Amino acid sequence: MIDFIWLVLFLAGIVTAMFTGNMSKVADAIIHGSERGVTLSIGLISVIALWLGLMNIAEKAGAIAWLSRLLRPIARRLFPSVPIEHPAMGAILANMSANLLGIGNAATPLGLKAMHELQTLNEDKETASDAMCTLLAINTASITLIPTTVIAIRMQYHSHEPTAVVGTTLLASAIGTAFAIVLDRVFRKLSRRRRAA
Amino acid sequence: MQTMMSAVSEWLLPLIVGSILLFGFIKRVPIYNTFVDGAKGGFATSIKLIPHLIAMVVAVAVFDASGAMNILVKWLEPCLTWLHIPPEVAPMALLRPISGQGSLAFMINIFEQPDKGPDSWLGMLASTMQASSDTTLYILTVYFGSVGIRRFRYAMGVGLLSDFVSVLASVFAVSLLSGMIHF
Repeated sequence: MIDFIWLVLFLAGIVTAMFTGNMSKVADAIIHGSERGVTLSIGLISVIALWLGLMNIAEKAGAIAWLSRLLRPIARRLFPSVPIEHPAMGAILANMSANLLGIGNAATPLGLKAMHELQTLNEDKETASDAMCTLLAINTASITLIPTTVIAIRMQYHSHEPTAVVGTTLLASAIGTAFAIVLDRVFRKLSRRRRAA
Repeated sequence: MQTMMSAVSEWLLPLIVGSILLFGFIKRVPIYNTFVDGAKGGFATSIKLIPHLIAMVVAVAVFDASGAMNILVKWLEPCLTWLHIPPEVAPMALLRPISGQGSLAFMINIFEQPDKGPDSWLGMLASTMQASSDTTLYILTVYFGSVGIRRFRYAMGVGLLSDFVSVLASVFAVSLLSGMIHF
């Protein structure tokens, strides 16, 4: 998939340039694009290092456990098929907390652990269970508190207010997550009805 | 509503930083050394991104410099205007669920254009779109793949539909911030 998209971007560009006479611009874009790829990545170090440092403190202080306790009543409603004392619930809560805090590199291993635990409750080992679909819906929509990468890139393009997107991101990702949860419910009901029929 | 949105942006980061430090201190975490230890990871994370960004930024730069982007945008314009999605961000929206670095490269492309830039309406929209969603197809593949699930059922549909909703929600949020919608 990614191979195809990458190829299409290049080929479409080069073929179009043959007709528009922009070939010299394209040659220029190739050279300068690679340079920018490097400088932008290096410019990310500042904000990402700052954030990872802060998140290390939050993690060591037990923020995930603390947030997990707050989210417990919500998770119980979202995952009715998972017994509250099952280890899967703990992993789901930790994954949701890490996502909310924006600890990306902690969220993925916790999410995979949750999938592993949910698989022990799953009857058909090759088909996704209801709870798995809900977990994925929450993870793909992902509420974002502080969008670090985007802020860091805005800084490098001399934005007057690099953090101006914090509010819009929080609102948009909250709406997205709410919809994901509702859609998951609707699709689950529809799939039940289809199976019963 | 407009002032509330910019207040959230101004206050949230300092408040989070302050409360993490205080929270850590109360819980007797050696905050300074813990910070330094965690911040080290920032190098590796950023350096690992270099090959991905080179690949995607070059591809998007070629696509744009050739004039192909302009053609695509003109072509998409009629069907997107009634959804209030600016056609300039359409390629980005299409790529967002497939490749996070790819859509990031399109966001960078918008920042680079002298008449747009990160603080323009389009720049804000591209930033919000990039930040408020995740790489749905990648997450589905990794999560389901890790436990050997082959039938995803409706998970893919839910993920992609909510990505679409995220795009509309980003347009809404940025319009709200810029005072184009009032409450």
